[in-house]
Amino acid sequence: MSETTSTRRDFSKAPSCLKGVGVTRYFHTGKITTKAVDHVDFDFHEGELVSIVGESGSGKTTLSKMLLGLLKETDGQIYYQGKPRDISSRAKLKEYWSGIQAIFQDPFSSFNTFNKIDTVLLDCINMRGGKNLPKEKKNEMMTEACSFVNLKFAELTNKYPFELSGGQMQRLMIARIFLLKPKILLADEPTSMIDACSRATILDMLLQLRDEIGMTVIFITHDIGLAYYISDSIYIMEHGKFVESGGADEVILHPQAPYTKRLISDVPKIHEVWDLSTV
Amino acid sequence: MSDVMLEVKNLTTKYVTRFHEDVYAVDHVSLKIERGKSLGIAGESGCGKSTLALSLMGYYFPPLHYMSGDIIIDGKNISGMDPDKVRRTVLGTEIAYIPQAAMNALNPTRKIRKFIEDVILAHDPKVSKKDIYELAQNRFAELGLPVEALDKHAVELSGGMKQRVVIAISTILRPKVLIADEPSSALDVTSQKMVIKMLRDMMDKGMIQAMIFITHELPLLYNVTDDIMVMYAGQIVERGSAKEMVFDPVHPYSRGLMNSILVPEEGTRSVKLTAIPGTPPNLKNPPAGCRFAERCRYAKPECRYNQMPIIDFAPGRTYRCGTSVEELRELYRKEDEMNAAEASSDTGAADGPVRLTKGV
Repeated sequence: MSETTSTRRDFSKAPSCLKGVGVTRYFHTGKITTKAVDHVDFDFHEGELVSIVGESGSGKTTLSKMLLGLLKETDGQIYYQGKPRDISSRAKLKEYWSGIQAIFQDPFSSFNTFNKIDTVLLDCINMRGGKNLPKEKKNEMMTEACSFVNLKFAELTNKYPFELSGGQMQRLMIARIFLLKPKILLADEPTSMIDACSRATILDMLLQLRDEIGMTVIFITHDIGLAYYISDSIYIMEHGKFVESGGADEVILHPQAPYTKRLISDVPKIHEVWDLSTV
Repeated sequence: MSDVMLEVKNLTTKYVTRFHEDVYAVDHVSLKIERGKSLGIAGESGCGKSTLALSLMGYYFPPLHYMSGDIIIDGKNISGMDPDKVRRTVLGTEIAYIPQAAMNALNPTRKIRKFIEDVILAHDPKVSKKDIYELAQNRFAELGLPVEALDKHAVELSGGMKQRVVIAISTILRPKVLIADEPSSALDVTSQKMVIKMLRDMMDKGMIQAMIFITHELPLLYNVTDDIMVMYAGQIVERGSAKEMVFDPVHPYSRGLMNSILVPEEGTRSVKLTAIPGTPPNLKNPPAGCRFAERCRYAKPECRYNQMPIIDFAPGRTYRCGTSVEELRELYRKEDEMNAAEASSDTGAADGPVRLTKGV
């Protein structure tokens, strides 16, 4: 029986890992401007587990894309490890990506169908500068990564991603992160396409991984129960703005913003009555 | 008119794969739902929840095949009927189905009113379009949906609205039994609540007589349905009232499921979230004994080869396990005590530790 324990810690004094000031993204369709992310400020500390919670269309994914450097921000500045982030060239962007990695919602479309699983994992080793390692060493690393997520590398080698189940694919994504050891992991709804039972396994692995390599985890989700369970701090997002943020207990048990209150009241609960009349 | 709206006796259906292998996705399932009641079906992905829903409609097409058993809706046996006859006389009036991907069920080139015309004309070709439009308007108003939506295309509606419109369309003929297969899984919490409210309203107003609700989200089932049934590898492993199933599950698998509940409430953070190790068996050649034995922490050697019958142990409660209820409860009590002792011995756990247990 292995057990990971991580008490909720106070991260306010930890060094800043990723910080944003007035980060904004507008989308223009003809004359209509959609403010997907509207002047948000945030400060994620090293080793912290942060959740960004919001409904569909609140701008969560746009924000995550900006954090990953996949979308340019319209306005504002993102600071990476205290310094303004510079991803102006392809080489600099690649350098940035060695520090930040992501797990996406849909495991089925996260992999290149033409690449074997070996290739997927070898790419990670190469990216970490292990290109000239002997083959045995590489195999050993891949086996270790797979066994970390309860997969057997011997059974996976020479297979294609589509031969795996959704849960297995999502675990393979985590094995990638294990090999890459990034400073920041951005998890965009990693469990929403997986049923409740496998969800516990995936969460367990993420938490173990965080303890092992001390990374910051940014969890993007609409599942408030889940966010409350795992995170140190929570940011609540509505229409591109953060309406509330703070420690998980504070935000969920004593919400201040009306939006947060409504969101929490809309979640079916076990010990409290779920009031259907407030829709 | 009997009081049992839906009765299923030993229903078995199978899938035939392209390599001519038989997969029994629904294996001797029996259930009963009374008028005005709702039943929730929970279980992992691939345990046969959706196949059971499809099988209950009596509308089979390859690769799904009917094997044996009876489906009796309000005293009328529909099993073994010709699929075309089922479509014309049973679907929509006796039993209706809301599919998992209801969001994508609407043809984007047609207006919503056209779908309603299709449904009604398939059952009675003589109704005039004006009558149908009036009926649809009344029904939409009754359900609190905007009447303008009838003249819109699917793309003009939001996800939650689309889902509610699909529900309104499938229940336009007032079916006796409604099967909702994960109707709210793709929606956010607010739209989910609206969908649930609508389903509850329909039950209260008597538009539907009974409902089967399928999802893997247990807090939702607890709040929506009267009874919960847990399925595992094509079989029913436990059934009881929602409250009993959440707070006092008996079967080790149900207990595992209930331990994976996450709700934003005080105390959630101090509870252990336990994952059930392993994966469900392959139904191409299911294990000879208990299907859960491989993953069960209480399994005895004989569990692996003894067939498990389903046993009634209290009014309205059944379970499928070789270990007696008393023995299981005793085991759970000891385990809870152990966990509590462990939790209190943890240092500095005052502000809610995050604790996960893997591979128990």
